[in-house]
Amino acid sequence: MAFGSLKVILETAEQKKVPFWEAVLLDDMNERNVKREESLKQMERLWHAMLEAAAAYDGKLRSNSGLVGGDGQKMEEYVKRGDTLCGPFVGKVLTGALQMGESNACMKRIVAAPTAGSCGVLPAVLVPYFQERGIQEQRILEALYTAAGIGQVIALRASISGAAGGCQAEIGSASAMAAGALVQLQGGDSEQIIHGAAIALKNLLGLVCDPVAGLVEIPCVKRNAAGAVIALSAADLALAGIRSRISPDQVIDAMKEVGDRMDESLRETGRGGLAATEDGREFAARLRQSV
Amino acid sequence: MNIFEILGPVMVGPSSSHTAGAVRIGLMTRRLLAERPVKAVIGMHGSFAATGLGHGTDRALVAGLLGMQPEDMRIPESFEYAREAGLAFSFETIQLRDAHPNSVVIEVVGEKGRDLTVQASSLGGGRIMINRLDDIDVNCTCEMPTLIVHNMDQPGHVAEVTSMLSHKSVNIANMSLYRDKRGGRAVMVVETDQPIPLESIKWLEHLEGVLKVTYINVEGEV
Repeated sequence: MAFGSLKVILETAEQKKVPFWEAVLLDDMNERNVKREESLKQMERLWHAMLEAAAAYDGKLRSNSGLVGGDGQKMEEYVKRGDTLCGPFVGKVLTGALQMGESNACMKRIVAAPTAGSCGVLPAVLVPYFQERGIQEQRILEALYTAAGIGQVIALRASISGAAGGCQAEIGSASAMAAGALVQLQGGDSEQIIHGAAIALKNLLGLVCDPVAGLVEIPCVKRNAAGAVIALSAADLALAGIRSRISPDQVIDAMKEVGDRMDESLRETGRGGLAATEDGREFAARLRQSV
Repeated sequence: MNIFEILGPVMVGPSSSHTAGAVRIGLMTRRLLAERPVKAVIGMHGSFAATGLGHGTDRALVAGLLGMQPEDMRIPESFEYAREAGLAFSFETIQLRDAHPNSVVIEVVGEKGRDLTVQASSLGGGRIMINRLDDIDVNCTCEMPTLIVHNMDQPGHVAEVTSMLSHKSVNIANMSLYRDKRGGRAVMVVETDQPIPLESIKWLEHLEGVLKVTYINVEGEV
């Protein structure tokens, strides 16, 4: 049975005297009736697919619409020049997020995490962390269980679909999952993990899903970069001992309520927000003509 | 949702509903046909028709018909592979009544002449539902081994199928019955916990009053 709240994951972990991530692993073994090794093997396969997808970026590719591509390469070159405001690590995170989002738009292979549109957030923070800190792969797999556990609760209590809950449900969920994973990698405890996730989600609450021409391109690619950076900042806040004053499960419930109230034009229909701007409509019209 | 529905699937972008789901619809159509398809007329409805091109939905559907999985890197070039494989395909825009926005109708013909019309929808996250088979409503998610039997609406056919499954120690997870009219054509959709032996499926095909037997082995190869 999937977890109904972050609090239950926390309590389960305490009862079984295991870390947060392992409570999620044990639940998966039970839920899918698989052995520990099988579950870990599958997580490893996903992680390797993320690494491969990150390495496979091609800055020359353009999306079907021609609107997306090449920005990840621009960012990489800019970061290499060594004078970014955000510093080299965050520069790599921004680069990774843009590149993965572009790869997705260009029909390359990615890992939905939790969705294809938000596939850049988790690898954007985990891949550079893994490469720069020289940590064991097992620790990344553990962080991915934590991320998945957080995503599972969000999917159950609210939604991870832009059509149902707006972009907050996609990039917001991805950012919350990444924040929890980062807190764990930095040695935070279970409380800090869920507060990191809650802070990230709070900061993306209300974000609408307004893709130009209904495609997973504008503004989705750049929002992956934003979601990744919010995950980093939320993790640092939580690791400093700062807590979300609204309990994490209630933050998720608030996200659900905001999504329910969101007008349909702002839920992946391509009819509101950026999609409805003059430029957005012009792109869409040009695209229809080229068909 | 299990955690690998949250993290995952590994898929070719850009959209789990418009790309990965579309591949699965094509693939399940191929498995339902149980033959190598040689001709497909694909009608796109709603959001599939409106944004399908930008999402590669067209190439994804053809890729699935060729037997590719959602993570197959050849999906963007599926039209070229279809030509090599001798699959003739065409697209049209259709309007269905009371259908999910991400819906498609595929009329497909196999190499041995078997034909099938499938109406399916992509529900999000790569999950799909087969809504209609040859003009009869069914609702099957193709996430478990699924047996679909078209038969005359006569007494005894359900018993024949269930006693065969019992004999083979196959447990029924879900079962639905549909018919167009009393004494007309009926369909039963049986989802099972274990795969069904192929010889049992062949046996069903030869029963009097059974018109067509289709089996989707989710893990299987075609």
